Amino acid sequence: MCDACGCPNLTGHVHVGGAILHAETSKQIDVMRALLHDNDRQAAHNRVHFDAAGVLVVNLMSSPGAGKTSLLEATIRALRGRLTIAVIEGDLETENDARRIRDAGAKAVQITTGSACHLDAAMVHAALHALALRDLDILFIENVGNLVCPAGFDLGQHKNVVLLSVTEGDDKPEKYPVMFRAANLLGITKTDLTEAVGDFQTLRALRHFRQLANPAPMLELSARNGDGMAAWIGWLIAERGRLRPARTMHAHD
Amino acid sequence: MHELAVCQSILAQAAAIAAANNADRVERITLRIGRLAGIEPGLLRTAFPLVAYGTCCEAAILCIETAAIDVECRLCGTTRDVAPNRLLCGSCGTWRVTVRGGDEMRLESLELAPVPAKEFSDV
Repeated sequence: MCDACGCPNLTGHVHVGGAILHAETSKQIDVMRALLHDNDRQAAHNRVHFDAAGVLVVNLMSSPGAGKTSLLEATIRALRGRLTIAVIEGDLETENDARRIRDAGAKAVQITTGSACHLDAAMVHAALHALALRDLDILFIENVGNLVCPAGFDLGQHKNVVLLSVTEGDDKPEKYPVMFRAANLLGITKTDLTEAVGDFQTLRALRHFRQLANPAPMLELSARNGDGMAAWIGWLIAERGRLRPARTMHAHD
Repeated sequence: MHELAVCQSILAQAAAIAAANNADRVERITLRIGRLAGIEPGLLRTAFPLVAYGTCCEAAILCIETAAIDVECRLCGTTRDVAPNRLLCGSCGTWRVTVRGGDEMRLESLELAPVPAKEFSDV
């Protein structure tokens, strides 16, 4: 201990006149914050917008070509006149998907991500300015087709829906655990092709999914022949109702 | 791929904290990343210098602590470290487990370079 000032260290400081000057030492700062702190904050902000408007927001994720846009087209057609839907489309290039959504009868906002492999909360927030959230019942965010990166970025959504098409193979949940663990609903898509594919077993996919300790429901869907669509629409309506029971559907009847 | 975005987020936070503490250099950045976080430490180390170049973190040591996956069985109470795609009870095999750890992705601490104490050179 320093006799002059009681400092625990003899070195590292000097006395100049009446003042104690501490020598240069590195300063350790405990941060304990999420790595994606800024994104998380933006996502929380988005969620406030969504909740205030009473709109259910679903983040739709899958590999490219699993049938996200086809499912959305069928969903928009099935809910026409009952619920108002809009879609935020994330794509590396092209407006093709947005065009398909508009043709199906819903508003679509395209985010062209360039080389980015995922959407983040700031991109979604920027897209919100093109939407009248209060007029919507459900907003889908069609994420970039990718089973890796989108799982890490909260967008402010209420629910994550992850699609797995039968043509991809039933072991995808085992290969991409981070993505499938984040799912609030697992949709097995293109079930009309199951027979042609031959070796896709839904129960095996479900077993791999449960091995991620995820209790979320699984639905078998075909946007082409309509299989499972009633259950899917039922899930959406139930989640929409859970969000804000006070706002009923009569406004759109 | 998204490791680059994660690096940018780390850099932005580190730069803001350094500025708030009047430090012009960050010497060490300590992260804690769980095996369920979906972030590859190796890729993060590769991406970091690209993002840090020309910033206050350019010379910083990136220190990554990895966290094991810790599941607790809701049926029999067993706790165990498991693989990311086998979040099952190691004892009874059920998937009805609670994941208590392993999905951390946290900026734990920073070590900031000392602010040059001008007074010292005057002594």
